[in-house]
Amino acid sequence: MIQIENICKSFNTHFVLNQLSLMVNQGETLVIIGKSGSGKSVLLKLIIGLLKPETGSILIEGKNIVKAGFRDLQDMRRNFGFVFQSSALFDSMTVSENINLALRKHFKWPEQKICERTTECLNFVNLEGLQEKLPSELSGGMRKRVGVARAIAGYPQYILFDEPTTGLDPETAENINQLILKLKRELEVTSVVVTHDMHSAFTVGDRIALLHKGKIDIEGEPAVIKKSYHPEIKKFLSGYTLLK
Amino acid sequence: MFAIMEPLFTEIGKYGKLLWWSGISLRDFSTYYDNTIRRMKFIGIQSLPIVLLTGAFMGMVESVQVLYSLQNRAPLYLVGSVVTESIILELGPVLTALILAGRVGASIAAELGTMRVTEQIDALEVMAFNPVAYLVVPVLIAGVIMTPVLTIFADVIGILSGCIISILTVDLSTAEFLKGARRFFVPWDLTYGIIKSAVFGFFIPANAAYVGFFTKGGAEGVGKATTRSVVISSVMILILDYLMAQFLLKAGW
Ligand SMILES: Nc1ncnc2c1ncn2[C@@H]1O[C@H](COP(=O)(O)OP(=O)(O)O)[C@@H](O)[C@H]1O
Ligand SMILES: [Mg+2]
Repeated sequence: MIQIENICKSFNTHFVLNQLSLMVNQGETLVIIGKSGSGKSVLLKLIIGLLKPETGSILIEGKNIVKAGFRDLQDMRRNFGFVFQSSALFDSMTVSENINLALRKHFKWPEQKICERTTECLNFVNLEGLQEKLPSELSGGMRKRVGVARAIAGYPQYILFDEPTTGLDPETAENINQLILKLKRELEVTSVVVTHDMHSAFTVGDRIALLHKGKIDIEGEPAVIKKSYHPEIKKFLSGYTLLK
Repeated sequence: MFAIMEPLFTEIGKYGKLLWWSGISLRDFSTYYDNTIRRMKFIGIQSLPIVLLTGAFMGMVESVQVLYSLQNRAPLYLVGSVVTESIILELGPVLTALILAGRVGASIAAELGTMRVTEQIDALEVMAFNPVAYLVVPVLIAGVIMTPVLTIFADVIGILSGCIISILTVDLSTAEFLKGARRFFVPWDLTYGIIKSAVFGFFIPANAAYVGFFTKGGAEGVGKATTRSVVISSVMILILDYLMAQFLLKAGW
């Protein structure tokens, strides 16, 4: 469970998050929607301790990651997978090296087992046999999936997705949505998905929260969000229904 | 006054923190070992050709100019003394360092800068890696070890080519050149040259890692970081060169 309480985060004098509180329950997929620049990526980076808030706390299973020292932070992060918007694959390494870099460090496994796990993760994201490719040889959708494979390699309980479908064609985006559902179904992970793609939000989300002006303005199950009269939600929904 | 200096102090503070963190990360041996070997190969072996080339021309130019100055004024075998001394004390360490600031410093700054702006450093962090141990410590160790080694190569080839030029142009014998070389030589000169190159070898990758690690602003930011790394290192080499000559050279004598 992730409990975010009264978080404030600003850059210089520019407030991004203001007294934000939010709860992510065990086993659910929470989708956070919001305009570009509303602070969605900042929120994800706060959850995993890449950024520190000025005030407030973020409890991961009761432990405050904001106050965690270096060692504790490392331990807490091993429970997380993070899928970056830009994939952020290590471009000097092959696909398999990308996936097993952390395995090699954190699990004292024999080579054989590391190889098996790498293959298993690649198979999970339907990229069999791409072990020796370099990231630059892959399409955007494939990189995203390698990013997912890398994120799940260390058996995390929590996975954070930063705009997993942005910039992908509808078919590839749907692939990614199905992958997120499969993660929940088969690995029982708790996920936070940040997006402005309403189709994706309704497909993968157990709950949806709107980030607006530095706060969570409204949150609820997809059915509730669909009926909402919140002006921001209506803007998101009008784009969505137009597409349909 | 303080208002103008404040950004500078902030930068120095960040730089200091990165170095401090690097020091602490030395415990994280398994994280940096492989990369250190890789960096040593990159800095050492791949820089060797350009360093040797520089060393050869440095020795040749030096001997021609010294012979020109000595002609009809002093015994020519002194060319051996001047060439050896100036290469070991000054030219070898400084020219090697300037070459490395351009070749190695720029590439480290560009590589780390790119990793920063494409979130690869963040990716390392969320994978519970210590990015400083993984990326910065290896270049520091490799720099401190390989720069003196390269400097010695430059010194040797420089003195050798200086000797050859003297033999070819003014009929000096090898024995005479060597007699000159030994005339004023003290071991401390060599030690001093090596200490100096190790200091340069620390600050070149440190500067590069610092600007690379804190790069902002996409491809343009990476370009700026690369340039900044070369400029900072070059200026720093000149300043440190003076400071060490002033305060260290006599201290060991
Ligand atoms: N490292 C940073 N330094 C300064 N400003 C930042 C930084 N990261 C994000 N911001 C600012 O915070 C705001 C929210 O950014 P972000 O979380 O990336 O938005 P998005 O919702 O599109 O992901 C933006 O106005 C951005 O300029
Ligand atoms: Mg974002």
